[in-house]
Amino acid sequence: MNDTIWRSLGLTDDEYALIKKQMGREPNNVELNMYSVMWSEHCSYKHSRSMLKIFPTSGPRIIQGPGENAGVVDIGKGWAAVFKIESHNHPSAVEPYQGAATGVGGILRDIFTMGAQPVAFLNSLRFGPLDNDRTRYLFDGVVAGIGGYGNCVGIPTVGGEIYFEQCYRGNPLVNAMCVGIMPVDKLTLGRADVPGNLVILVGALTGRDGIHGVTFASEELSAASEERRPAVQVGDPFLGKLLLEATLEAIEKKAVVGVQDLGGAGLTCALTETASRSGTGMDIDLDRVPLREEGMEAFEILTSESQERMLLIVEPGRKEDVEKIFKRWELELAVLGQVTDDGLVTVYHGGKKVVSIPAGSVAGGSPEYVEECASNINTSVSQELNNTVPVIENYGDALLEMLSHPDIASREWVWQRYDYQVRTSTVQGPGGDAAVIRIRQTGQALAMTVDGNGRYCRLDPSAGGKMAVMEATRNLSCVGAEPVGITDCLNFGNPEKEEIYSQFRAVVEGMAEACRIMETPVVGGNVSFYNEVAGKAIYPTPVVGAVGLLDNYEQQGTADFKGPGDWICLLGSTEVSLGGSQLQKSCGGELGGLLPPVDLEMEKRLQFLVRSLVRSRFAASAHDLAEGGLAVALAESCLANDIGAELEIFGKPDIISVLFGEGPSRVLISVNKENMEKVKDDAEKADVPLTILGRTGGNVLLIHSGDDIILKLKIESLRSAYEEVFSCLMK
Amino acid sequence: MKFAILVFPGSNCDLDAYYLVKDVLKHEAYYVRYDQQDLDRCDALILPGGFSYGDYLRSGAIARFSPVMEAVQEFAEQGGLVFGICNGFQVLTEAGLLPGALYRNQSLQFRCRQVFLRVENGDTPYTGSAARGDVLKIPVAHGDGCYYAPPDVLKQMEENRQILLRYCDAKGEITEEANPNGSSDNIAGVCNKRGNVAGMMPHPERAGEAVLGSEDGLVIFESICHYMEQF
Repeated sequence: MNDTIWRSLGLTDDEYALIKKQMGREPNNVELNMYSVMWSEHCSYKHSRSMLKIFPTSGPRIIQGPGENAGVVDIGKGWAAVFKIESHNHPSAVEPYQGAATGVGGILRDIFTMGAQPVAFLNSLRFGPLDNDRTRYLFDGVVAGIGGYGNCVGIPTVGGEIYFEQCYRGNPLVNAMCVGIMPVDKLTLGRADVPGNLVILVGALTGRDGIHGVTFASEELSAASEERRPAVQVGDPFLGKLLLEATLEAIEKKAVVGVQDLGGAGLTCALTETASRSGTGMDIDLDRVPLREEGMEAFEILTSESQERMLLIVEPGRKEDVEKIFKRWELELAVLGQVTDDGLVTVYHGGKKVVSIPAGSVAGGSPEYVEECASNINTSVSQELNNTVPVIENYGDALLEMLSHPDIASREWVWQRYDYQVRTSTVQGPGGDAAVIRIRQTGQALAMTVDGNGRYCRLDPSAGGKMAVMEATRNLSCVGAEPVGITDCLNFGNPEKEEIYSQFRAVVEGMAEACRIMETPVVGGNVSFYNEVAGKAIYPTPVVGAVGLLDNYEQQGTADFKGPGDWICLLGSTEVSLGGSQLQKSCGGELGGLLPPVDLEMEKRLQFLVRSLVRSRFAASAHDLAEGGLAVALAESCLANDIGAELEIFGKPDIISVLFGEGPSRVLISVNKENMEKVKDDAEKADVPLTILGRTGGNVLLIHSGDDIILKLKIESLRSAYEEVFSCLMK
Repeated sequence: MKFAILVFPGSNCDLDAYYLVKDVLKHEAYYVRYDQQDLDRCDALILPGGFSYGDYLRSGAIARFSPVMEAVQEFAEQGGLVFGICNGFQVLTEAGLLPGALYRNQSLQFRCRQVFLRVENGDTPYTGSAARGDVLKIPVAHGDGCYYAPPDVLKQMEENRQILLRYCDAKGEITEEANPNGSSDNIAGVCNKRGNVAGMMPHPERAGEAVLGSEDGLVIFESICHYMEQF
């Protein structure tokens, strides 16, 4: 075979040799295409697999860990939560609306494939600064695409995060998460069990869209990427919704034995993965695939990423039941072939056998790359600087400046374009520390959040990885929920570069350690490498999607002050730093400085305490201290109900650090005076430091240190800084 | 009381209307599919929100041709209560059961948020439990909610007291800022001349429990129930 062929398909010479070895012969052109998509980084995780093994993935609640379409966690009462996060970065970089929309559609299918009713979407977004038309176009298109798909399918988009940073300018990040619920006994896996069972394709017609989309996702972006527009799929949320209804009905009626969605690598992935998981094979007739256009070649049909398609494995006796269900939803259905016992995926096209490949080799035989050279590189560049942030003359102005920064400002412009209420179960919507969705059937609730901070990870990947897990779980604890598991989306540059791979390794190690101590197993996720433009990588950006459980949705807490006269206290660590902080960024400074210390044991004690105080209502409000530190958290807690606050701070180590310093393991709570003694006692017993800062009330945020007034701002001025920022920037 | 809830392919607030009727109002609720021929003797019919047929072509434009719509026409002609919410409102205007049309929001963006509505006519089957001038807090969630009718039609509607609800601020003032979509005269909900068919863009079924942010939507459903009990 001509050696330019496999190289042009993104395979190396060694990989080609390995394919020949595993097949026992040379692959033909169609087979090579199938290998090339399945052995792409996106599908095979060849650079990340070995590291991902260090994540804790089991626990008493875990029903299904990584390796299936989504993770499944037992939440009691016979119910399970099903969730996953996935990236759609590269498609969104060239075609923001469809890139984001199909990201949402894809993650939706991952959830209902398992038999779960999707109940919420979240998303994590990164863009360059909004100072140019291209970025504004990307930002607006991505937001419209997320809403366009999610609103139409009728699943609320309830939370997320957005940051703007130069390193994402040419390579935005679009990570979409979906959460579903189901009775435990409805769990359905992507398996092709029992020879003789039928292989059925349902949903959209197969067209030429998205061919080699996964290969596109597995290379760096460049000026030529614009030409990759045809590799971006086009979404049809209406069809997605019908497919969701019909598939859940088929699962409910136990008419299917296996379900797999068609996402990256299309039919090739669905056929080989389901067969590989079950150790079976398949005979498939491509002439039966309903096509959108004539004259499609075998490799095109096999690698098309046309959206809104599902593969079903059905016992021959249930074929008519399945046909009836899908016909009722006016969906296309085609029996492509059957499950066999020979372990081979055999494909016929135009009456001829065109493919005969071992399912296990295509779906799981790719090499595993471990960059040995990176093992002893110190990835941390976190260090003490004497000019981490400039001198601040006026603390009030600095706070207003931060509140009006797009990283901090009210995201209402974004989330009012998402239907966050449909299904009437959103008992805490966007804008809080975590969203809360009630479970009608059990009276419980799920809390959910996505968090990541690329700046911290750039300075110290290991500490940054830990802090991402700490923050996500802390956000759940602030609404009173117990974290039960996480899903992660690991966004990095080109892993073939030593620097990037060592960052990746350090982040994963940090996250894994945090997950072990916080007892939150990783139940699945996604790795997105090659986030680079012209050789320049994004900051290492792990995004943690965390899900927590509340036994009763009425126990949920919120971040806003509830009334005047409550004590305001800081729970947890007082150690902070300005290295990598939001203040450093909003002052226009270069990223640098020393990260604050990380104490996972303290974090665990703090979260346990916060959950109990929130659930018992001893804490009237609880708010995580994140970007912007104490000052921003105070402003946010004041704003919701127009309640001011008066606080006394002690300028140690210095006033700037106290106001704007950042660090993990810190929560701001307000406490009714009747409960103050109890809260003090509980904090002492829990071995969590408690600092009383002041009281709520009035219509100003007033902070003094001894006789000096540090900051005095009317709530109105906080509001005018915080609101309408995006509508101005996006005009 | 029996509420039938119509389900078109792509409806997505059917579930919310169902639970509100069943769990909150404690009345009977059942679904009627778009391809059914009859409504199975309901007392009132709800056309729920969503994206029927993906809202492709134009919101509600395809759904109006569904087989069930003949039964809906007939039910409306007999004086039955037919209530369209959001996409249901769009379907009813497309079907000619309500005057006017719903255009793309003036902002060209989807809007999901709490709004305030002023009751303009408290003497209809849908607003009988409210009084004119009452202010209700009920959310909107739509991309095509800009109500339009030609000036002469609007004038007639005004004369016939067909305007049920207008977007207003928290104090009940009709202002431009309170209008989330650019609707003519801040119109949020209307009824037909006879008063038995009504539609509104805001979602009263999402404002039926305090935990969801408001219970003000209940007054609409309570009005329907009171009206049905009287007749």
